[in-house]
Amino acid sequence: MSVVPAEVLPGSALAVEETVREAAELGPRARLWPALAAVYRAQLSRARVARIPLLFVATFQSIGIMILMRGVVDGGGEAQAVVAGSSVLVVAFVALNLLAQYFGQLRASGGLDHYATLPVPPAAVVLGAAGAYASFTVPGTVVTAVFGCVLFGLPFAHLWVLIAVIPLAGAALAGLGAALGLLAPRPELATLLGQLGMSAALLLGVLPADRMPEAVRFARDLLPSTYGVEAFARTFGPNPDWAFVLGDLAVCGVVGVVSLAVATWAYRRAAVR
Amino acid sequence: MCAVRGLAKTYPAVRGRRGVPATPEVRATDDVRLDIRRGEIFGLLGPNGAGKTTLVRQLTGLMRPDRGSVEILGHDIVRHPERASRILAYLGQESTALDDLTVSLAAETTGRLRGLQSRQARAERDAVLDELGLTSLAGRPLRKLSGGQRRLACFAAALVGQRPFLVLDEPTSGMDPVARRAVWGAVDRRRAEHGTTVLLVTHNVIEAETVLDRVAVLDRGRVIACDTPTGLKEQVAGEVRVDLVWRESAPLHVPEVAALRDRAVESGRRWTLRLAPEEARTVVATVTGGSAFAALDDFTLTTPSLEDVYLALGGAARQGLVKA
Ligand SMILES: Nc1ncnc2c1ncn2[C@@H]1O[C@H](COP(=O)(O)OP(=O)(O)OP(=O)(O)O)[C@@H](O)[C@H]1O
Ligand SMILES: [Mg+2]
Repeated sequence: MSVVPAEVLPGSALAVEETVREAAELGPRARLWPALAAVYRAQLSRARVARIPLLFVATFQSIGIMILMRGVVDGGGEAQAVVAGSSVLVVAFVALNLLAQYFGQLRASGGLDHYATLPVPPAAVVLGAAGAYASFTVPGTVVTAVFGCVLFGLPFAHLWVLIAVIPLAGAALAGLGAALGLLAPRPELATLLGQLGMSAALLLGVLPADRMPEAVRFARDLLPSTYGVEAFARTFGPNPDWAFVLGDLAVCGVVGVVSLAVATWAYRRAAVR
Repeated sequence: MCAVRGLAKTYPAVRGRRGVPATPEVRATDDVRLDIRRGEIFGLLGPNGAGKTTLVRQLTGLMRPDRGSVEILGHDIVRHPERASRILAYLGQESTALDDLTVSLAAETTGRLRGLQSRQARAERDAVLDELGLTSLAGRPLRKLSGGQRRLACFAAALVGQRPFLVLDEPTSGMDPVARRAVWGAVDRRRAEHGTTVLLVTHNVIEAETVLDRVAVLDRGRVIACDTPTGLKEQVAGEVRVDLVWRESAPLHVPEVAALRDRAVESGRRWTLRLAPEEARTVVATVTGGSAFAALDDFTLTTPSLEDVYLALGGAARQGLVKA
C-alpha cells in the first residue's frame, strides 16, 4: 500500500485522506473460463490417477450386460436400445455415480474449503469437475458402442452422433451427480444416491421399454439418461428421423443446464456454512 | 489490518439418532476480540477443541459468525465473505481437495484459481517449489507423499499467487526440522519483501516462542490472554519451575525436603515445584548439599515457558498445550 503524495493529485489533501482510509485493493478474481479450464485439467488428471480401474469396471459391466441380453432380445429395435442403453450406462456410472461420491466426500472432509477460499466462480468448480468426469467416460462409451455394434450386427455409420450424446447426456448426468453429492447431508447418502441413480439408468435404460409396465415407463421418461439412450438408439435405423434425435438431445441439454445450475447453487450453499 | 470484535459462534446441539449419540451445543468462539497488525506473525495457541479452527474459518469467510464483526484491510468479511478469498490465502487442516494431484499441478492450479495467468502461475509454481525444496517431488501425487511432505506441498499451494495475509492452520504439523525451517524462511522472506501478515494456529509452544510476534491464548472459545510471548511470560515471571528427580524416593527424613512436599506436584520419582526465585535458590542449595543430595538423581531449574503461562492462566486442559 502506498500513499500518493498530495502534490501529484489534482484533488488536494482530501484525496490523500481518502486513499489512506480506503479499503485495500482486492486481489484479482479468477475469470470463469480460465478457472474452468484449470479445474477441468486438474480433475481430469485426478480421474486418470485414481479412477482408471473404475472406468474398466464400467466398460466391462456394460459389455457384460450386452452379452447377457443377446440371448433375450431378438435383434432389430430391441438390440438398438440395448446397445444405446449400455453405452450411456458408462456415462451414468462415471458422471452420476462417481461424481456424486466425489462431491459427497469432498464436502464431508472439508475439501470444499480449498475452493471456497479461492476467488473462483462456483460454476467453474462444478462445470470443470462435471466436464472432466464426462470426458473421462469417452473411451469406455466408444468401446462399448463399437463392441455392441459388432455383437448385434448394427451399422457403424452414425456412431459419430456420440460426439453429441456424450457431452449432452454427460452434462445432464454429471449435473445430477454433482447436485446429489453436494446436497446429501452425509457422504454415505451421496454414495447411495449415486448408486441408485446408476441402477435406475441400468434398469430403465437398457431393458427394452415396450416390455415394461406403465408406471415403470413413466419413471423411465423422468430419467435424463433415457433421452440420451433414445437419441442414440434412433440413429441405428436405416433412415434415422433426425428431428426426433435432435429433440431428444435437446431434452438432455435442457436437463443438463438445469441440473448444473442446481449443482452450482448447491456448491455455493455447501461452501459457506 | 485485521480487527475482530465480539465474534461468537455456537454449534447447535444435535439430537441423537439410532447409533449416533446426541451432542450438546458447543460455544466454539465466545466474544472474541483481536487486533492483528500489518506485517506481524500472530499466533493462536490453545488445546484441542479450544476453537482455533472455528475462529479462523470465520475470518476466512468460510463460516458465518452468529454475532460480531471481522474487518480485514478495510473490508467487512461478515457482510462480504467472498472478498476474503481475494485478500488472504488459507491453509486448512485438511488437504483432500489436492490429494490426487501431483505437487506441481496442485500448486499451478491453485495459482490459476487465484487469478494468475497461466504463464505467471507456472513461473510462481516453479519458484515456490524451488524455495521449499519440493522440486524433486514435483511429479508425485500428494496422496503418495509422507504426512510432512504433503503438508509442505499444501503450504506451497497456499503461497502461489501472492496475498497480503496468510492464514495457516497448523502449517508445520508432522514436519521435520528441515521442512519447518523452509516454511519459516518462506514466511520471513514474504514479510520482509511484501509486509505479509500471518495468522498462525499452532500447538507447538517452542515454535510459538520463536516465530510469533504476538500470541493470543484461546481456551474454550475465549481469548484468555493476548501479548508478545515475552510479555505473557512476564505475567508469571514471579515464578520459577524446579523439577527434582529422586533416585528412589524423596528423603523425607530431611526436614527441609519434608516441608516442600505439600507444595510439590508428585509424579513418580519427580517433584515439580513453582517457587519465587529466591525460594528456588534456597531449595536448590538444600538438595544439592547435605544428606538430601545422596537421594537426588537430577534437578532442573526453568524460567517460565508459554506452557507455564497457559497453565497459570487457568486453561482447561491441565496437561498443557503440546500434543501428545
Ligand atoms: N462441525 C462441528 N459441529 C459441531 N461441533 C463442532 C464442529 N466442529 C468443531 N466442533 C466443536 O467446536 C469446538 C472447537 O473446535 P475447533 O475445531 O475449532 O478446535 P481447534 O481449536 O481447532 O482444535 P484442534 O487443535 O484439535 O484443531 C470443539 O469442542 C469441537 O468439538
Ligand atoms: Mg483445529
